[in-house]
Amino acid sequence: MTLAIVDYSEYWWIQILKGILIFGIGLQLVPVVLLVERKLLGRFQGRYGPNRVGPYGVIQPLADIVKLLGKEQSRPNTSVGPLYILAPMISIMTAVATFAIIPFGDAPHIFGTRVGLYGVDVSIGPLYIFALSAIAFYGLMLGGWASGSKYSFLGAMRAAAQLISYEVSQGLALVGVLITAGTLSLTGIVEAQGSMWYIVPQFVGFLIFLVAAFAETNRAPFDLVEADAELVGGYNTEYGGGRFASYYFAEYLNVLVVSGVAVTLFLGGWLIPFWSNQPAWTDPFVVLFKMSIFVIFFIWIRATLPRLRYDQLMSFGWKVLLPLATLNTLVTAIIVVAVHK
Amino acid sequence: MVVQRAPEPGGAGGTYRAFGETLRGLKTTFARVVEGVHTIQYPEEKVPVYPRFRGRHKLHRFEESGLEKCVGCSLCAAACPSDCIRVVAAENTPELRVSAGERYAAVYEINLSRCIFCGYCEVACPFDAITMGHDYELSDYNRSDLIFTKEMLLAEPLDATPLRAQGE
Repeated sequence: MTLAIVDYSEYWWIQILKGILIFGIGLQLVPVVLLVERKLLGRFQGRYGPNRVGPYGVIQPLADIVKLLGKEQSRPNTSVGPLYILAPMISIMTAVATFAIIPFGDAPHIFGTRVGLYGVDVSIGPLYIFALSAIAFYGLMLGGWASGSKYSFLGAMRAAAQLISYEVSQGLALVGVLITAGTLSLTGIVEAQGSMWYIVPQFVGFLIFLVAAFAETNRAPFDLVEADAELVGGYNTEYGGGRFASYYFAEYLNVLVVSGVAVTLFLGGWLIPFWSNQPAWTDPFVVLFKMSIFVIFFIWIRATLPRLRYDQLMSFGWKVLLPLATLNTLVTAIIVVAVHK
Repeated sequence: MVVQRAPEPGGAGGTYRAFGETLRGLKTTFARVVEGVHTIQYPEEKVPVYPRFRGRHKLHRFEESGLEKCVGCSLCAAACPSDCIRVVAAENTPELRVSAGERYAAVYEINLSRCIFCGYCEVACPFDAITMGHDYELSDYNRSDLIFTKEMLLAEPLDATPLRAQGE
């Protein structure tokens, strides 16, 4: 068993530099995902999607953001001021913080020193992710509650119930991977997948993680939180302008983060199969490529599946996913013990 | 009577079926991507109209002589159910010969904000002087701009509406 303890130290300026670089690139992916989503959704429905702003509509996200930021920041009379302002900030902060531990590569030698291609390699990777997603839920909950509107509140209540029920299954689905890898460090988990990606031995865990990830990111078919037909917009009904933009931003960043986690834990991170001496510069591109496949899959699912009914969502989470995830963990544990002893 | 019921949802079988149906749904949506886009980019592309489409009216001239076909008989105005055509006739003189007949339409106005595009004027006209054209882009900022005068109705439209070919 290897505990991922970083056996080298980085200079402070390298850490700052790579922080800026990772977030400079990572946060720029959000408008791209936004555009790709709208374009692809259009294609799935036999239409073009946005194609008026700029060539092929490529600066549509820019136009959207300028429009949102140009709007007046208003809030309802019944809202609770400080919390109302704080809530979207929590949402966006946790999403960005989770992005920090997605590994985009190993630690190659740059400028004569080893630089890890990730924000930080924490030795408790998945726990850190779950801790932050638990805090992110305060963003939705406080936002819905502090708005002082019944639709927002209903949306927030749904968010609470949904996130809690699916976080359990998601966590249990990862336990199988962690047992197999024998480490909690994300880079360690990727390196442990050198011979075989965990999507093969942990296929059931992968499916459970995938389904739970849809619920965790409030994406269709689990977007009951913002079910527009029933709740106007859910927890963000009363939000507008920049605050709405930050909720939106956080949502798409969460999609990217979940894709990153799925790539790291199940699809071998930066590894290309059957290529042992892969040059270090390919790593980030491989990770981004795999992430984009996930993002496209998310969009594809959104175009396909209708929204679940609330009781279906709950019974599916507790009666199907949770027992399956538990069983998966048990079987994995037994096999690991049987093989290694 | 035989009642057909769907298989019971839930359980292992239900989960299996739901999974299969999800895959089928994914296939369906992906087939739309392969199929391509059905959008018609309206202001740039227009849907071609059928030859009998009743759009904005046109007044006609004789091709050889250039004289107007309309003789100012006001039968179109009489046939019009929404009373949107106004014709004031005047006598042709040897100095000013406008139409082929004895008289011509000194004023010919159609109020297109009232017109219901029924085509009765076209049917009523004994000289085929007025026909229903193919233009349908008739929005304007003022109601008064929708009163089309004789000159506007005689002029060829700036961009012709595409016409559907035979059998299309």
